[in-house]
Amino acid sequence: MADEPSEPILELRGINKSFGPVDVLKRVDFSAYPGQVTALVGDNGAGKSTLVKCVSGTYTIDSGEYLFEGRQVHVHNPRDASSLGIEIVYQDLALADNLDIVQNMFLGRERLKGIVLNESSMEQSAQETLASLSVRTVKSVRQRVSSLSGGQRQTVAIAKAVLWNSKLVVLDEPTAALGVAQTAQVLDLVRRLADRGVAVVLISHNMNEVLQVADRIAVLYLGETAAQVARSEVNQQQLVELITTGGLGTDRPGATNGVPA
Amino acid sequence: MTTPESPTTPREPDVQTDAANERAIVASTAPVEGGTTDYLRNYVRRLRGGDMGSLPGVTGLIVLAIVFSLAHPQFHTIFNFGNMFTEGTATIFIAMGLVFVLLLGEIDLAAGYTAGVASAVMIRLMVGYNWSWWGTIPAALVTGLLIGFIVGWLVSKVRIPSFVVTLSFFLAFQGVMIYIVQNGKGQKGDIRITDRVVNAFANEQMPKWAGWFVAALVVAGYAAVKLLAALARRRQGLAAEPIGVNASKIAVLAVISFFIVYLLNQNRAPNKNPVAQNVNGKIVFVKPSIEGVPWVVPVLLVLFVAGTFVLSRTRYGRHVYAVGGNEEAARRAGIAVDRIRISVFVLSGFMSAVGGIMIASNVQSVSVANYGGNTLLLAVGAAVIGGTSLFGGRGRLIDAVIGGAVVEVIQNGTANLVNGQNSSAVQFIAVGLALLLAAAVDALSRRRAGSTGMG
Repeated sequence: MADEPSEPILELRGINKSFGPVDVLKRVDFSAYPGQVTALVGDNGAGKSTLVKCVSGTYTIDSGEYLFEGRQVHVHNPRDASSLGIEIVYQDLALADNLDIVQNMFLGRERLKGIVLNESSMEQSAQETLASLSVRTVKSVRQRVSSLSGGQRQTVAIAKAVLWNSKLVVLDEPTAALGVAQTAQVLDLVRRLADRGVAVVLISHNMNEVLQVADRIAVLYLGETAAQVARSEVNQQQLVELITTGGLGTDRPGATNGVPA
Repeated sequence: MTTPESPTTPREPDVQTDAANERAIVASTAPVEGGTTDYLRNYVRRLRGGDMGSLPGVTGLIVLAIVFSLAHPQFHTIFNFGNMFTEGTATIFIAMGLVFVLLLGEIDLAAGYTAGVASAVMIRLMVGYNWSWWGTIPAALVTGLLIGFIVGWLVSKVRIPSFVVTLSFFLAFQGVMIYIVQNGKGQKGDIRITDRVVNAFANEQMPKWAGWFVAALVVAGYAAVKLLAALARRRQGLAAEPIGVNASKIAVLAVISFFIVYLLNQNRAPNKNPVAQNVNGKIVFVKPSIEGVPWVVPVLLVLFVAGTFVLSRTRYGRHVYAVGGNEEAARRAGIAVDRIRISVFVLSGFMSAVGGIMIASNVQSVSVANYGGNTLLLAVGAAVIGGTSLFGGRGRLIDAVIGGAVVEVIQNGTANLVNGQNSSAVQFIAVGLALLLAAAVDALSRRRAGSTGMG
């Protein structure tokens, strides 16, 4: 929004994280910019999930710098992250099936009138948010989440991030379980989210999807940053090479670390 | 023991199901735009989708009442009708506490003997230390709260499954109760209650006018809440329940409430022949009379309304449902899951203590025999028969009330129908089968909800 697109809203420098003897993240650098979709890609075990959990405060980093809006911050738990304006939309969505859409979108941050829940205020805001994202697939915000399709659930989870005016939204494999039409809808929503000035981080295994929607691409390889490039700088072949070997052509920084057979 | 249904498997992704879902959306749980016919159509659709609500419980109650009335004329006398209120309410108190626990997908098998220990504390202080009701009743309630806290702490902090914790306490508290009843100052064994207030809950009646007043208050309160909410929603341009539906719900409640008060206000004494009584040294002949609403009923109403308010209108209640629906989602939303889990056991302990006091009041004594294993199982049965899910996330306090009524009708009906040595055998079998049936309805409706995408 007001932020200069050239200034990253989130900047991670030299992040290290290990679990006992296993170094999962090694000097990882990562940036995300307002109004842009930054794809975070990498093979299984490359450290994507760990990196996201460090961003969200589920894990605390061992060392390295965590800068948000240019200032160094310490994120020790998910609450710290959400008070900064960071929202993570998890792969398993973290929605309560027995609650309706409004109740899920406001979960943990309910609006009150005295000690009583202010249902109509919450319902109106939820409706407005979905409308502002041009979501038409959801008819009533009072239907239970258990009655929603995968795409609709994803939509609710993303709308939740918008509702809370999040500055950075991390989407963990949002289309992994979706069919063609719903994937298109969700990617459309991802784009609209970025167009509102939100910094979007998209974790995905799907190359086509990444190349279609991302503005920037960050590649992790065996716990290290293999590349951070603009979408225009790579083609699909190069991207696949970065993911599988950690480098391009003869330059293979990851090869010395021992590629599993 | 949280819900096994995980949200990690989103439903079929193709466009067709999406369209089907959109049609199904109309059958949402909340008020829908449109007239009364739309509302009814949605209700039927919801039932088909597996969301049965209170319907099985209410149907069961009506069918059983008709069957027992036809099979045994004594069943539908007003004397027996009044009896069922004083006998059955203790189960409902315990069941209301259990609803909170069941909402998290947990279980409190110790609830029956929590009631026992609480009433043992009450009676020991009464007969041993001459405490009056205003000391002994709070002492019993605090005992319940403490027990609930210990159970909740063991379940959520030490992470022992609630089944094991409460099964252990089911055994241990039986011992504690026996110990308190058999030791200490004052009477031992089967101890009679002499405190008039404690006995009054189940054995004394409200004045007739007070019964009418309570019924009027209930109906007026319900109408006010319903209509004000509907008006507010319309003003804000939100879909609201049709006025016709509101009005009929209020009318049904009014008819039931006033009819119950009317019946209870009749003189239900089985033998109305005058009996000799000694009044101030003079022998006078008095016509025995039992009329009016038993005092236990307003107590039940207050706790029911308070609990329903907490569950449906407050942040705490919302969080209880959220933890029961998806514990991980609740945790990520910043809800203190452990604190919620402890609190439901505390509430269950409290309500068990209330139930224990009412059991004691009904029989006017405290003895170990009155708090056996069936106290608990009847309460669990009541909650589940009423429609509270054993899998967590679904349940209301009204379930405990409806289910408690069903359980009491079965118990009372079979006891009257089958006399002699097999009476209690038949009671156990009947209630056991009813519980099994209710659990089957619960499990099947869950499966149906899964396959139709409506939960």
